[in-house]
Amino acid sequence: MMNEIIQGILLGGLYAMFAVGLSLSVGVMRFVNIAHGDLIVLVSFLLLTLTTRLGLSVIAATAIVIPLTFAGGYLLQRLLLQRVLSRNNNVLAIVLVTFGLSIIIQYSLQGIYGADTRLVSGGGIQTATIVVGGGVNIGVLPLAIFLAAVALVSALDLLLYRTRLGARIRAVSDDIGSANLIGLPSARIYAAAMGIVGVTIAVCAAFMSVWTNFDPTSGSSRLLIAFEAVVLGGLGSLWGTLAGGIIVAVAQSIGAHFDAGWQLLAGHLVFLVVFLIRPQGLFPK
Amino acid sequence: MALLEKIPLVSIGRGILALLAVMLFAAPWIFDPASLQILTELLCLLVLAVMWNLLAGYADIVTIGQHGFVGIGCYAFYAFAVLVGVDPFLAVLLAGPVALVFALPAMVIIFRLRAAYLSVGTWVVAEVMMLGAGKFSAFGAGLGVSLPVSVVRRFGSQIVERFTTIYVMSLILAVVAMGATYILMRSATGIGLTAMRDNEEAAGTAGVNLFRSRVICFLWTAPFLGFAGALITLQKLRIAPAASFSIIDWTVYVIFIVVIGGVGSFEGPIIGTFVFFVIREYLQGWGVWHFIVLGCAAIAVILIEPRGIWGILRRVVPGDLIPVSHSPRLTTHTKPSSKWQSLKDRLSRKPG
Repeated sequence: MMNEIIQGILLGGLYAMFAVGLSLSVGVMRFVNIAHGDLIVLVSFLLLTLTTRLGLSVIAATAIVIPLTFAGGYLLQRLLLQRVLSRNNNVLAIVLVTFGLSIIIQYSLQGIYGADTRLVSGGGIQTATIVVGGGVNIGVLPLAIFLAAVALVSALDLLLYRTRLGARIRAVSDDIGSANLIGLPSARIYAAAMGIVGVTIAVCAAFMSVWTNFDPTSGSSRLLIAFEAVVLGGLGSLWGTLAGGIIVAVAQSIGAHFDAGWQLLAGHLVFLVVFLIRPQGLFPK
Repeated sequence: MALLEKIPLVSIGRGILALLAVMLFAAPWIFDPASLQILTELLCLLVLAVMWNLLAGYADIVTIGQHGFVGIGCYAFYAFAVLVGVDPFLAVLLAGPVALVFALPAMVIIFRLRAAYLSVGTWVVAEVMMLGAGKFSAFGAGLGVSLPVSVVRRFGSQIVERFTTIYVMSLILAVVAMGATYILMRSATGIGLTAMRDNEEAAGTAGVNLFRSRVICFLWTAPFLGFAGALITLQKLRIAPAASFSIIDWTVYVIFIVVIGGVGSFEGPIIGTFVFFVIREYLQGWGVWHFIVLGCAAIAVILIEPRGIWGILRRVVPGDLIPVSHSPRLTTHTKPSSKWQSLKDRLSRKPG
């Protein structure tokens, strides 16, 4: 059981990575991007192409992709999402547009790459393990992912609370009316925030595509996990999101220990129970 | 525009709807079994579309978890018809109440979420229902199970007879679902819902009980989704978690239908369903790309005309085809157009 909990905590790092981008867009732009999981899968396929066609290593491919995803997030917010949010400020429009986007990405990938499950080669890092003793083995890759998730959350935390851009993002997020009044370019700041979300998506896709299998339709399950982590952590709280990801992952890991078929269901059920007890999340802002 | 005013567009629109209705009622005598089967699908999707529109278009519950209750209906029908062994017709009737029972705990969860979070929340609930359904070996676990021949035969031993029976049941469901929803929309609750559609804050200020209206709508849709699930199972002749709880078939298509037809109007889902079935024949040849076309069309609709095809038509058609509002609405097209008209109006008005 100790082993399951440790593996679950490490898996929680990956789930937190799915979720920090969503947490940022929920906290700053105040909407749930239903295509979030599909964007992660889209970038994973991009990495697959770069590594197999051009023979690049995952790290090199990720370095190429990060500026692209920043630009992609920026443009997505500026050209599409911002228009929807500013024109008709209702839930229906933004849910439907991001939902439509999700379907478009899923089936475009299916049309281009086919429905097969894929894995990006990490060059041997997948199989490396550290023997801790007492029946516990820690994979090097899961450990690296967990540490990267902690680093990512710290970096975003620093960015939001220690930089000029972060202060602007928080100002626009707290009160867009006043922010506009003092002359902040709110549309560009939102777009920059979405660009940062894009960067988290690239980092997350790099780790996910090496560690777990993915196919064009696996974005939905990633979205649900990310959503659960965000809600459990408390909307807009980045460290809470990390905790939420760990809770979902540990629940899945323990569920899988009893019966492999219960992995996903155990995660969802624990989410529902914790949510009913603490609807405001563990670390509400 | 002057010419358009002379054409009785509302009457023409109602005439088209009436023709479609007559065609649907006469269908068992007109069409061959294959067409009847397509029309059965159409009616089931129409019911799902009307229900999604009621939630998303009026009650501000943008659900992405509609397939959960359809799947519950499928499994409830199987449970009663096969496992309990009641008459299969009775099992169809029990599928709705079972979905309603499942809607109560679902509501406790999702109504704690707001706005877009609620949307994803409904999806999580539906996902839990699907994964849960796959855990019961009595229902064939993850793979599902076919309906026994004896149950299928109860609806007609010949294939033509069976298709006709299932079609008639779907027609009854569609008529009841739309008739009841029409009455709901015309009731005091419905007026509140229309106010919520137009401006939620203002509706709340004017005394509409937003929470109560939402609860009524959510519980309203569940049994109809359950009945639809039972009828869908009769067409597919089997239950399985992936097919009975299919998000693509019972939620994604339904969303596209309503958005393209026109969300937040009674006509929208009807127009959307018929348009979808007309273009579906062409779309099927495109494979996965037809989803991309539908997705782009839905996004374009939201950006250009959020009220869909009916919103575009409504710019020239001076009234609702199916009036869910009470007072005759004064539109720009019926205002006095000349000074003679206004003079006549003034003269005809009683003094004092």
